[in-house]
Amino acid sequence: MPANRFNGFTEYGVGIGLRIPHYRHILSRKPVVDWFEIISENYMVDGGRPLEVLDQILEQYNVVQHGVSMYFGSASAPDPEHLKRLKRLVKRTKTPWLSDHLCWGSVDGRYTHDLLPMPYTWEAVKVTAERIRHVQDFLEIPVVVENVSSYAEYHVSEMTEWEFLNEVVERADCGILLDVNNIYVSSQNHSFDPFTYVNAVPADRIAQIHIAGHSKFEKYILDTHDHPVLEPVWQLYARTIERAGPTATLLEWDDNIPSFEDVHAEALKANQFLHAAAKPAAPEFAEVAK
Amino acid sequence: MSGLLELQRRVAAAVMHPLTRQETMPRRRKDGASNQSEADAIIKPNDRLSSFERLEIYNRQYWFRLYSCFEEDFPGLMAIVGRKKFDALMRAYLTEIPSTSFSLRNLGSQLEHWLREHVEFIEARTELALDMVRIEWAHIEAFDSAAEPLLDPDDLASVNEDSHLHLQPYLRLLKLHYPVDDLIIEVRSESGSSDSSSNNASVARKRRTVHRVAQLEPEDIHLAVHRHDNAVYYKQLGREDYQLLSALIAGESIGTAIDSAFEGSALPEDERVPFLQTAFQTWASLGWFIK
Ligand SMILES: [Fe+2]
Repeated sequence: MPANRFNGFTEYGVGIGLRIPHYRHILSRKPVVDWFEIISENYMVDGGRPLEVLDQILEQYNVVQHGVSMYFGSASAPDPEHLKRLKRLVKRTKTPWLSDHLCWGSVDGRYTHDLLPMPYTWEAVKVTAERIRHVQDFLEIPVVVENVSSYAEYHVSEMTEWEFLNEVVERADCGILLDVNNIYVSSQNHSFDPFTYVNAVPADRIAQIHIAGHSKFEKYILDTHDHPVLEPVWQLYARTIERAGPTATLLEWDDNIPSFEDVHAEALKANQFLHAAAKPAAPEFAEVAK
Repeated sequence: MSGLLELQRRVAAAVMHPLTRQETMPRRRKDGASNQSEADAIIKPNDRLSSFERLEIYNRQYWFRLYSCFEEDFPGLMAIVGRKKFDALMRAYLTEIPSTSFSLRNLGSQLEHWLREHVEFIEARTELALDMVRIEWAHIEAFDSAAEPLLDPDDLASVNEDSHLHLQPYLRLLKLHYPVDDLIIEVRSESGSSDSSSNNASVARKRRTVHRVAQLEPEDIHLAVHRHDNAVYYKQLGREDYQLLSALIAGESIGTAIDSAFEGSALPEDERVPFLQTAFQTWASLGWFIK
């Protein structure tokens, strides 16, 4: 969405994930980039190169934090040390909003370091929404949740994934980071129409969009973030922008990372959709002319 | 018990259970439980994959991520014990000591301690392997621990034997039986820069090259693992330097630290004052003394 309370009233364009192989290029060439997304966990340390590079990036660029281990859907409570370190980083980056995944990944203090799918139950809706509210209150900035890609579904689920997402964000009153690649991956793995999902999401809560590449195998699709964005994912992206308006967009590339220029060029392809959405739609002009 | 908690415990038990030698999910767990019936009870099959196969994707994912991180943190240990033994050691360690931190950076924090109780994994090269693990863990700690503001030169000039000096939190001191510092530099420079947390999935287990280690002669060395301009360095220390710094880190006064430095020292009396002057100057110029 254009500036609103879920994205800290910002209007960010197209960004890319800040990754170690690109550090040198970015710091020495200072390319024009709308914004960078950082993985919070990589900077929740006490010192050294990660923080120094981050500070240099912060001097020149907009940075948004994205986490991979908050596990809003874990039944056991998050580690207070994690929250404390995260808040310290939030103060450093002044991130206008913060995202993490609608998933679980730890239980009884043990971490899987994976983004495990939620059972779509009413109990899980309640637990997850409460956790998001708690984290949001503690961090004092807008928290947005991202849909994950999944390879399994549970017998106990009582609703679809998009119904679950809607229930959680309404109860938590938070924004959404809509990952259209994840929607596509899950739609293939679970045989649903990805457009049904995109059309069901409350457009006014979409604070950010993720695009990425994936890998197709004989029997399933894996969310590998190691390819350019595929055509069906661009189509879902276009539909999302059509519904939500120009929205902060980020390309994720985590494996077999090509040069900075290649990653950035791939991300900038999103601009054609964003620019189209920013212009008043042609049919409306036609209406006025009549 | 909550349904959500129970389900997450059951899924985690399957996902975190070791894979077979062929990197597949075992039909039966070590405690005899059947993964087949657990998967059927929890996970829906689809038109292409059974419940078991869907759960297996997560089981494999979990281990591939951990392997890759652990291998990246301990390439030197792998070079010493070899691929096969390293694999067995890694599986056993990660099974017994699963991650309890939100950060993968801490995955190897218990390794030295665990290996001392499981020397069967490093038999024949026990001391060498333990030395390597200690330097590899010290490297991780030195890389991203805090750096505090430096002590003013004036404050350093005015210390007396009752004063206490504080050292950088990133500084690690090691007393080793083998000169593993050269070895680790070799192995690390070949294995490239370290990876980090991400949220993508891996297709398969990443294989890294194993560097075999030629016979290394034992030699007692003292090392400071420290950081300068954001790079980690290994600085060889004399026995006296090591004892002095260790005493300061332990919170002893300068006077007591100096006494322990020269305990049993072969350094002639008349060389001790110049030695101390040089030592303190060097450490101050390296930025080791903090406020
Ligand atoms: Fe994503």
